[in-house]
Amino acid sequence: MGLLNSVGNYFRESQVWGSIFRHGVPRDRRTRAMAILSNVFLHLHPVAVRKSGIRLSFTWCMGGLTFFLFLAETITGVLLMFYYRPVVEYAYADIVGLRAHVTLGLLREIHRWGAHAMVIAIWLHMLRVFLTGSYKPPREFNWGVGVVLLTLTLLLSFTGYLLPWDQLAIWAITVGSNMARATPFAGHEGPGAALLQIGGVPLIHGGSDARFLLLGGTVVGPGALLRFYVLHCVFIPVVVSVLIAVHFWRVRKDGGISGPL
Amino acid sequence: MMTTFAHILASVDPAQQGSAIDRIKSFVDALCAPYYFVPLTTLLLVIALVSYKQWTRPKAALLVFVAFTVFYGASMLDEDFFKIIKKPDNVPITMMIYFTGFCTWLGFRQAAVNDDRMKRGEPLIESGADDKVLVWPDLVYTELIALVLCTAFLVVWAILLKAPLEPPANPTNIPNPSKAPWYFLGLQELLVYFDPWIAGVLLPGLIIVGLIALPYIDKNPRGNGYYTLKERPLVISVFMFGFVIMWCVLIVLGTFLRGPNWNLFGPYETWDPHRPAALLNINVSDVFWVVLPEKLNVAWWKPGLPSEASFGIPAFLVREAPGIVLLGGYFFALPVFLAKTVFRKIYTQIGLIRYAVFWLLLSWMFIVPIKMVLRWLFNMKYFVAITEWFLNV
Repeated sequence: MGLLNSVGNYFRESQVWGSIFRHGVPRDRRTRAMAILSNVFLHLHPVAVRKSGIRLSFTWCMGGLTFFLFLAETITGVLLMFYYRPVVEYAYADIVGLRAHVTLGLLREIHRWGAHAMVIAIWLHMLRVFLTGSYKPPREFNWGVGVVLLTLTLLLSFTGYLLPWDQLAIWAITVGSNMARATPFAGHEGPGAALLQIGGVPLIHGGSDARFLLLGGTVVGPGALLRFYVLHCVFIPVVVSVLIAVHFWRVRKDGGISGPL
Repeated sequence: MMTTFAHILASVDPAQQGSAIDRIKSFVDALCAPYYFVPLTTLLLVIALVSYKQWTRPKAALLVFVAFTVFYGASMLDEDFFKIIKKPDNVPITMMIYFTGFCTWLGFRQAAVNDDRMKRGEPLIESGADDKVLVWPDLVYTELIALVLCTAFLVVWAILLKAPLEPPANPTNIPNPSKAPWYFLGLQELLVYFDPWIAGVLLPGLIIVGLIALPYIDKNPRGNGYYTLKERPLVISVFMFGFVIMWCVLIVLGTFLRGPNWNLFGPYETWDPHRPAALLNINVSDVFWVVLPEKLNVAWWKPGLPSEASFGIPAFLVREAPGIVLLGGYFFALPVFLAKTVFRKIYTQIGLIRYAVFWLLLSWMFIVPIKMVLRWLFNMKYFVAITEWFLNV
């Protein structure tokens, strides 16, 4: 132990260490506060929190786990993007290849299970926030941001569902996206769509309605695969990242973890 | 309905069936028909909400947990049930059942303790004005441990169970049943009762809008930041009904009990694709213009759907008038009546605009179980069926 300590001290007293962590070892109140304040990642936290607020049985850690899972999904997802091609001819073979002969192809299983876990975790986070009445003033707005994040999480999972291009994928997406056909006014089988016509020519038909916009075609085909890929890998994650930032920021601004007033 | 009840009685008739296990199985199968399954789970939820101080005691909850696990585990010995359970895409449902159950217990347990403490004038679990701790190390380390455990959990899960992957996509081979991703199966179940524009567009939209609107409608200042049930019984009951019954239970129903042609199969039944499809459903307009006049047999009320415009009102509006009156009463007259009676206190508390939004959300939420019950009892299809406009409710 003596040797270990002196090696540790050697590094902690070096110029390199001191340039990265501009405070001493977090052993007293001041340096522990500095450890949070001077770190760009940790400074999402306040310096001190209410002890009963961070009790595991109070928070269930579900919000944190949702965020961890989002990070895990991002990391595994980026790595999967090196290998996977969103083209009908290759997509399924690439997924099979990940399982069969790609080093660390296990990432795909992690990514898939993690997505399911994230959906459950975010529901339970909502349940916790609801049961503790934490959506009440002053946190109304942040609850709304959370609801949007919940919706986006489901959409992330839904768009990712198509990418393996197996039977499960195309038919689940077919069932799901058929709903868009019935969007009032915007889907060609939705109420009101028949009213939108010029000189007897309907504006909304199978090739121009909400479902067509979503799928890039009238069936779940190559266009849908590419659209879902872009939505899944770029568009929704970017929006989610921005909203997560807002969500965390507002947790701080609205008074931190909730507790009795 | 009556025939099914007879079916249940027949299934417990020892002379008709084989072993005791078989009889139990067919009894459970019969109970899993939606007209028993949804009301029974709702009844369980009501009992759970009323007796939350009793069942949340650790020993009682443990008993429930063990009993359910034994039941669930024993069910897996059944070939047909195990086939559904082990399907990779259904694995998260088992997780959802257990996690939701555990978290509900955890929340209501603390609510029970807090409510007891408030009654005795003691401080809440969450109280403690000056108990601040530093984030480093108290919170940061908790987060690190959670991160490590979560990662380990995911890796082990991924090694033990292969993620869902079926044969390659084949646009000409439509699986029967075709199911949406598991978390949308509750919405897909609604398609049995509603047209896609309601089940797939309007209701999901209202769920999102309703959740966002919740903090602006619920003006009850109590229960902010701690577990309680006594201080906000109405809001919690409605939310739990929505979350547990209308979302989770319908997902379980859609996953475990819906087979080929979206027919209903008990958990221990084999999915037979050749089972005959369901019965004929009728609209409110049929009941009013055909069924009732035929039954009453009076001179001035001739059976037959109106096919001509009268008083300048198009025929289809005359035809659908009974349904329109019913729905109009439900959406517009009932809230006025309720505001003067049951919801008088709420109405004075939240005011007209909030009350209108509150009723919009509540009425659409409860039209789901209402229509389910009407379907089960009377095979009712639509209140209003203006197929000319794709406008069926």
